[in-house]
Amino acid sequence: MTLRTESSTSTGRIGDSPQRPDATLKVTGQFAYSSDLWMEGMLWGSTLRSPHPYARIRSIDIAPALAMAGVQAVLTADDVPGINAYGLDHPDQPVLAEDVVRYQGEPVALVAADHPEVARLAAERIVVDYEQLTPITDAMTAVGHVDWNTPGRTGVPSLHPDGNLVRHVKIRTGDPDPKADVVIIGEYDVGMQDQAFLGPESGLAVPAEDGGIDLYVATQWLHVDQKQICAALGLGPDKVRLTLAGVGGAFGGREDLSMHVHACLLAIHTGKPVKIVYNRAESFLGHVHRHPARMRYEHGVRRDGTIVYVHATIYLDGGAYASSTPAVVANAATMGIGPYDVPNVRMDCYGAYTNNPPCGAMRGFGTVQAAYAYEAQLDRIAAELGLDPVGVRCRNALHEGSRVPTGQLVDSAAPVVELLHRVEALPLPPPVDPSRLDLREQPGGVSNTTHGEGVRRGVGYAVAFKNVGFSEGFDDYSTARVRLEIVGGEPVVTVYTAAAEVGQGLVTVEQQIVRTELGVEKVVLAPADTRVGNGGSTSASRQTYVTGGALKAACEAVRAEVFDVAQRCYGRMVRGLRLVDGKVVSDTEGGIGSLADLLADTVVERTVEWRHRPTYPLDPETGQADAHVQYAFAAHRAVVDVDTELGLVKVVALDCVQDVGRAINPQAVRGQIYGGSVQGLGLAVMEEIVVTDGLVRNASFTDYLIPTILDVPPMRVELLEYADPHAPYGLRGVGEPPTISSGPAILSALRQATRQPLTHIPVHPDHLIGGPVALTNPE
Amino acid sequence: MRITCTVNGQARELDDVWEGESLLYVLRERMGLPGSKNACEQGECGSCTVYLDGETVCSCLVAAGQADGREIRTVEGLSDGERLHPIQQAFVETGAVQCGFCTPGLLVQIEDLLRRTPDPTDLEIREALAGNLCRCTGYEQILEAVRLAAGRIRSTA
Ligand code: FES
Ligand code: FES
Repeated sequence: MTLRTESSTSTGRIGDSPQRPDATLKVTGQFAYSSDLWMEGMLWGSTLRSPHPYARIRSIDIAPALAMAGVQAVLTADDVPGINAYGLDHPDQPVLAEDVVRYQGEPVALVAADHPEVARLAAERIVVDYEQLTPITDAMTAVGHVDWNTPGRTGVPSLHPDGNLVRHVKIRTGDPDPKADVVIIGEYDVGMQDQAFLGPESGLAVPAEDGGIDLYVATQWLHVDQKQICAALGLGPDKVRLTLAGVGGAFGGREDLSMHVHACLLAIHTGKPVKIVYNRAESFLGHVHRHPARMRYEHGVRRDGTIVYVHATIYLDGGAYASSTPAVVANAATMGIGPYDVPNVRMDCYGAYTNNPPCGAMRGFGTVQAAYAYEAQLDRIAAELGLDPVGVRCRNALHEGSRVPTGQLVDSAAPVVELLHRVEALPLPPPVDPSRLDLREQPGGVSNTTHGEGVRRGVGYAVAFKNVGFSEGFDDYSTARVRLEIVGGEPVVTVYTAAAEVGQGLVTVEQQIVRTELGVEKVVLAPADTRVGNGGSTSASRQTYVTGGALKAACEAVRAEVFDVAQRCYGRMVRGLRLVDGKVVSDTEGGIGSLADLLADTVVERTVEWRHRPTYPLDPETGQADAHVQYAFAAHRAVVDVDTELGLVKVVALDCVQDVGRAINPQAVRGQIYGGSVQGLGLAVMEEIVVTDGLVRNASFTDYLIPTILDVPPMRVELLEYADPHAPYGLRGVGEPPTISSGPAILSALRQATRQPLTHIPVHPDHLIGGPVALTNPE
Repeated sequence: MRITCTVNGQARELDDVWEGESLLYVLRERMGLPGSKNACEQGECGSCTVYLDGETVCSCLVAAGQADGREIRTVEGLSDGERLHPIQQAFVETGAVQCGFCTPGLLVQIEDLLRRTPDPTDLEIREALAGNLCRCTGYEQILEAVRLAAGRIRSTA
């Protein structure tokens, strides 16, 4: 036997695209999502929410609800046994409102009943006496600014004890008073986007004999939930056990608690299992959204298109509670000028409390909003100087070895120029052929609004720039336990991790890593729960990197132990050992035995806590620091047709080239890019939670539109794989970049087609036909 | 109220159904068939799509009482025992499943499409699936799955 023949025959390794382990369950309807859970004798919970954005609670009368047949418990803030406050960054959000409500939809009371409709009707019967207060609905006003970056407004009421400023991040680098040939100033605002995951917030809380609680829930991070639930219930972590139920998408919207504590409270009070499932309207009110942003950018450039400086101010509306606003502010600030190398930067980014719906994590996390502004500015620079938009981007692009405005060195691939050139080189869709016109491909579609008259085409480009993993010194780690044993004569590996699979395919990647590292075909994934150590958040494009890293390290520890066993068993040193297809193989001696024979009854189990390299907090005055772990880049090209008479849009093509470091699972990587691109498309042309005076106007899929298959063009995707030497397998986080650049590319294309400034995102039809939005570039 | 119907070929009889319940609720909560999903419960997302007497409907919009005496087929009735339906198999292979919450409704809608139009163009596929929202995939790999399944079904027909 020659040594070369020992390469694996398995097809489920790193770089392959094996089937998802949960795919069969999901296509047969057997996969148990959090809303599918059922238990004999369970009750249904329902939540009464504030109808007002800001009000004092004078009194709550629960008697009418309690009197309804079938109602088993009605709870208010008085029934919260622990600390009535939770939050991802700091605990400022009540589990149930006490004396004041700060946003429309804030939970006020809970009901458990034997039928979901009874619970809902009973909640409506609770009488709350509110004294309405005047809501603060604008972030700039909330922090007391009279103009961009200009304090001076007095008398703004504080919504929280420490005032309305959640965080201000400043970045100062280079010459504070730089000179440029041409100055381009633009103001932009981005509306509130919803994650719109399809699986509603839901879960089942089961009271346990030990006085504790078992919660089965859809979430992105079991351990951070557990910590907050423990505090609210006044129970230790041994009494609050969480298991991941099937998750129907997340996109950041499941980082914060929703029904978790509520279901636990009702279950503890009634002694019965309690299930809560939000309906779509409640879901719109029941999770945080993407921060709306107001942004002012000033770019100073030389005549050749070189950017000399950027001065930028960003206000992010965090809504009523902090959630992850502090980290979102840091992201918007540190990546706010985009993937461009600029020597002189002054950035001020503010996160504010208002009485709007709370905002927090959503895919892209602070960089999406900024990308609309910086990419619009790049296009304006090109237009002003008569240069090619791709050329201007390439002239200023970051490279490996550049420093970003925080002073951090870009110390792995940053192929911005190559991404742009590659996406530019992809074939363009053919021009519309009037003789073979299909309405379904026209703006307006089968509404039959145009046969090509007034339709203009535009092409636009944009580049995404995103950190991967948690930043600013956060102790970001994951835990993996790997157990190798022989079952029925075959080696079997069981993986234990608390990392949440939310649809992205982490479970597939986990199996691929084990097959690659241990050469074992059969890999069982134990349910994700809090019995194993913290897996960290399924967010920030970090799970393949961090939990993948932990799993790889745990496999390496198991492998080292297996080799020890082998050396002991053979009674001598054998060099160059590997595990391939269930066998121990030596580089020098070939196959030397099967795992089954070698291990017999021996179980090898290792648990590893794994961290990426450290990051550091931003300097409070200058924003200087090595704050981020890794940067990721993607470039999009969008092609649009616009009916310039009606303001209707058809996105004709949306192509993407992304550097993924190493495509662990190419099919899943492409899936992330397609899906992320389309969420970006949604924000660009249709998605906005309309909030007036603190009230949400469109909490349904009838009024909040997300892209259908008809709104989406065919998409070409190309992957680059420049290994990051700091990351496991060289991989680069994949999930977020496509969501960042797709929308700005579409906006760029729309501006080219319409010659309109389009400073509000998402665009509305009246903006596209020249409605009343003007560029603000003072003379 | 009492409801008698056939679900995935089996006769079912239910008592004490409240008049306000939807067919979706009855399937999910009373019949132990939670495969049909509840993403909006207002007829906008297609995740609850089932066959009602051979026509695809949003089961969240069908009152439970309207199902009385009718024949229902859900995602749980698509596969032939252990063997996946070709559309299910194609979804598994092409990456058309991510979170999978849209999948059951899509599968039913696609089966209906391919029975009527065995060789659909991409535009026909898009038109037929325009009522089925998916938030994860961007639809590209769903299109791939439909093309793959259509080809396989035609070649075995
Ligand atoms: S749940 Fe029926 S259409 Fe959405
Ligand atoms: S796969 Fe998640 S909604 Fe379609």
